[in-house]
Amino acid sequence: MLKRKDLLGIQELGCDEILEILDTAESLQEISSRPIKKVPTLRGKTVINLFFEASTRTRTSFEIAGKRLSADVVNISASTSSVSKGETLIDTARTLDAMAADCVVIRHSSSGAPATIARMTKAAVINGGDGAHEHPTQALLDALTIRQRKGHLDGLKVAIVGDITHSRVARSNIHLLTKFGSHVWLCSAPTLMPVGVEQMICDNSQFLHTTNSIDEAVADADVIMMLRVQFERMSESFFPSVREYFHYFGLSRARVHLAKQDVIIMHPGPMNRGVEISSEVADGPYSVIFDQVSAGVAVRMSVLYLMLGA
Amino acid sequence: MTLKLNYQLMTTQDVRGTLDRLTDEILHANEGRPVVLLGIQRRGVPMAQRMAEMIAKKTGKHPQIGTLDINLYRDDLTRVAFQPVVRKTDLPQDIDDKDVILVDDVLYTGRTIRAALDALCDFGRMRTIQLAVFIDRGHRELPIEANFIGKKISTKDNEVVEVKLMEIDGEDAIYVMEKA
Repeated sequence: MLKRKDLLGIQELGCDEILEILDTAESLQEISSRPIKKVPTLRGKTVINLFFEASTRTRTSFEIAGKRLSADVVNISASTSSVSKGETLIDTARTLDAMAADCVVIRHSSSGAPATIARMTKAAVINGGDGAHEHPTQALLDALTIRQRKGHLDGLKVAIVGDITHSRVARSNIHLLTKFGSHVWLCSAPTLMPVGVEQMICDNSQFLHTTNSIDEAVADADVIMMLRVQFERMSESFFPSVREYFHYFGLSRARVHLAKQDVIIMHPGPMNRGVEISSEVADGPYSVIFDQVSAGVAVRMSVLYLMLGA
Repeated sequence: MTLKLNYQLMTTQDVRGTLDRLTDEILHANEGRPVVLLGIQRRGVPMAQRMAEMIAKKTGKHPQIGTLDINLYRDDLTRVAFQPVVRKTDLPQDIDDKDVILVDDVLYTGRTIRAALDALCDFGRMRTIQLAVFIDRGHRELPIEANFIGKKISTKDNEVVEVKLMEIDGEDAIYVMEKA
């Protein structure tokens, strides 16, 4: 049982809580392979997906997770809600609370928006990604995918390559993996690497390394996580051209061979093929990109069950 | 809540002998038809495994086995103070039209079995669902009875029947405890 009302980030979670979420997710995975993919556990609970940013994967994944547990799931996207009429975030949250929602999953472009809503509502709030802060369920599904392939989460070398500056996925993964004692190597162009990231506050900063050389990052890696170049968050030029970016920071087949024999290649999606990852790698034998999507449903079921189940 | 020992109901010998007799009764009642043994988490699981091995020895054919976690089907989820740990459910492929034996350690209110029946209905339509329990301690709250019973005892509400199995607890024994 999670001893907290909200799930806002990985940073504040203990290893025991993370393991409880992953263990429960593994037990719940079986439901998705049944002929009738539904259990009655969350009957009568209402989950609201409040998305202020575009999302297919996370929103659909939460919706499917809620429905497999028999919760009622309602989707709100900012463009079709009263937000476009000028309603404030807090009023929107209070409105949903007044409708007796049990859980609000929120995605917002501002870091800290879910925390603000959490303070204003009785409903459990789950962060579905806020600005460049955290995306906790993504790191949890990545951890489940890694644990199911590698058997453990400690002592691994994990390369996270790409647009670190704009990536909440990277931040949540850094927190989670260093908590368990895996070495995280961040790699990107200097323009896409936050200044002073080495001093980032995480539990075990001795496990955090940075480099501008992808070859160094992926050498002998157990896991390679590629990040999407987030063009939509870039108001200026961070690199000269997409071709040049791929040349220096893209994951090609030759670079995969620098990693361990049993390396797994991950990507939180959506992929920009030919920008950060080549198609032959994305579709190749080391890729677990679609296993991540399946793990995502299980992890979100687990979080909903642990937060709303009792 | 602390528990103190009231009395020991079964010794190691009794536990093993009772399992053997239960297995015989199941085979006899099903007249040679293959059965599927489903252990309810947690102690029903090693019980089902042992009974499957006994059946394999007696008939030369290993029956299908599976495990079932009923926590997602509980009727008191919103009322219990603690949140139950969800363990693995792992049923054999295609149990439609099979004779299924649910295996659990203690039959008490009947609510676990109610939840198990709901769970099984989500996996298909079995030919029969039968129930084998180690101890029937009475106090039913639902119209549910077992087909195969290791031992039937009368108990008080403040008593707890603890079935200990080697695989989980390091010993085979059954104790009746009392809430202090």
